[in-house]
Amino acid sequence: MRIGTLSAVFLGLLLVFPLAGFAKDEEAEKSDKKFDPNAMIMHHVKDAHEFHIIDINDKPVSIPLPIILWTDNGLTTFMSSEFHHDDNGEVIVEKNGGKFVKFHEKIYQLNEGSTTVEFDEKHHPVNASKPLDISVTRNVFMMWVSVLVLILIFTTAARVYRRSEDNVPTGIAGFVEPLVVFVRDEIAKPMIGEHKYKRYMPYLLTIFFFIWINNIFGLIPILNGANLSGNIAFTCTLAVFTFLITTFSGNKNYWKHIFWMPGVPVPMKIFLMPIELIGIFTKPISLMIRLFANITAGHIIILALMSLIFIFETVAVAPISVLFSLFITVIEIVVTAIQAYIFTILSALYFGMATEEEHH
Amino acid sequence: MDLVNPGFGLVFWTAITFLILLGILRKFAWKPILGAVSEREESIKTALQSAEDAKKEMQNLQADNERILKEARAERDAMLKEARELKEGIISEAKEQAKSEGDKMIKQAQATIESEKKAAVADIKAQVANLSIDIAEKVIKEELSDKKKQEKLVQDMLGDIELN
Repeated sequence: MRIGTLSAVFLGLLLVFPLAGFAKDEEAEKSDKKFDPNAMIMHHVKDAHEFHIIDINDKPVSIPLPIILWTDNGLTTFMSSEFHHDDNGEVIVEKNGGKFVKFHEKIYQLNEGSTTVEFDEKHHPVNASKPLDISVTRNVFMMWVSVLVLILIFTTAARVYRRSEDNVPTGIAGFVEPLVVFVRDEIAKPMIGEHKYKRYMPYLLTIFFFIWINNIFGLIPILNGANLSGNIAFTCTLAVFTFLITTFSGNKNYWKHIFWMPGVPVPMKIFLMPIELIGIFTKPISLMIRLFANITAGHIIILALMSLIFIFETVAVAPISVLFSLFITVIEIVVTAIQAYIFTILSALYFGMATEEEHH
Repeated sequence: MDLVNPGFGLVFWTAITFLILLGILRKFAWKPILGAVSEREESIKTALQSAEDAKKEMQNLQADNERILKEARAERDAMLKEARELKEGIISEAKEQAKSEGDKMIKQAQATIESEKKAAVADIKAQVANLSIDIAEKVIKEELSDKKKQEKLVQDMLGDIELN
């Protein structure tokens, strides 16, 4: 029962905080002389090297995150706070024999002998190179938070079963079990088949809940909209996993359908081969783009609606903006689950295609 | 177009994190949860099966009971019928016997009566004859007690003869 109440409160927060959170952000932005909605939206949608929470009296309050770089001199690490919230390449940090600046959320290493960054007409640094950046960014940080939450939820649920003698799902297990059974009965079984689905269950369950929880976290603006599942790097990685599993579990029948389609004349077989071959790659690419575009689009719409207030510079637009973004937020809550479901069911579908037996 | 350009750092961390998450959840969450769910489904299935079996057994038992009851009823009916027939047989036999016995007795009685009657009649006849002889003797004795009367009688008799 306690868990039920908690999840109700959690859902309530999801509904209330979008407005509160964005309003605070907007107030912060308003103090700038010129409001640039594009920059504000991109700042929210893209990754960042620090966890910016709020601006108080033009002073940004943020959680510093570690910056990890692989440079010519080896691994270089320092905290993002050393840039003092600078994002225009002005503050130079000297570490491990290299000079580093942060410009538009990218870390540049100055070339030997340079003391300041110089830009060309298109605002690209000319005298600096980009080292390999594996920093723990805002998105990585939120990903780890989500992983902790997932592990907490599901191992707690698993413990409920271990403790009860007759496998009765109580507490959080009662919340988790229908979802797990849904993934099994509505996604894995019909898509892969009764006999082979078991192998793919851990992957499908993990990917479903991993995407879902990060979609939800992306909607909580008090976390400053860490937009992990709307980041193409994230969706790309998951799509690559699906692609690898599909490719490596492909049986003879699967490859035959790609390289030598049965049941069609020979010229058609030759014609279909390149199409099917491209299809191997378009499937995971569509997975990657679908999730990324859906989640990012939702964020952009909400942020754009809020920006209307500051573009028109009148409070009169506020009710409309708030109402519309509330509406979109509610839709987004549904979309969080739908997109996780679609990614999972399509992955399952591809696994099913790869393992399908020849039928006569 | 930073937005659609996957950054290496995030790809790197996502891959590592996802694999670790997959490993942990697979071992500590999915296995026990799915195991428990399928175990329960199995137990529900067997429980339903055994309930079905019990129901069938019940039906069999009921059918058996009904059959036995029917048989018992038929047996009872047969016994009753037999008893009734027996009773009727006995009664009719007894009646017959009684009737024939009665007839015989009546016949015997009739025969006895007839013979008694004959004997009685014969006896009466004999007694009447004796009585008549006695009376006749007495009358004759009386008549012939004195001379006068004897003479008269002879006279009378002689007179009768004359008339003839």
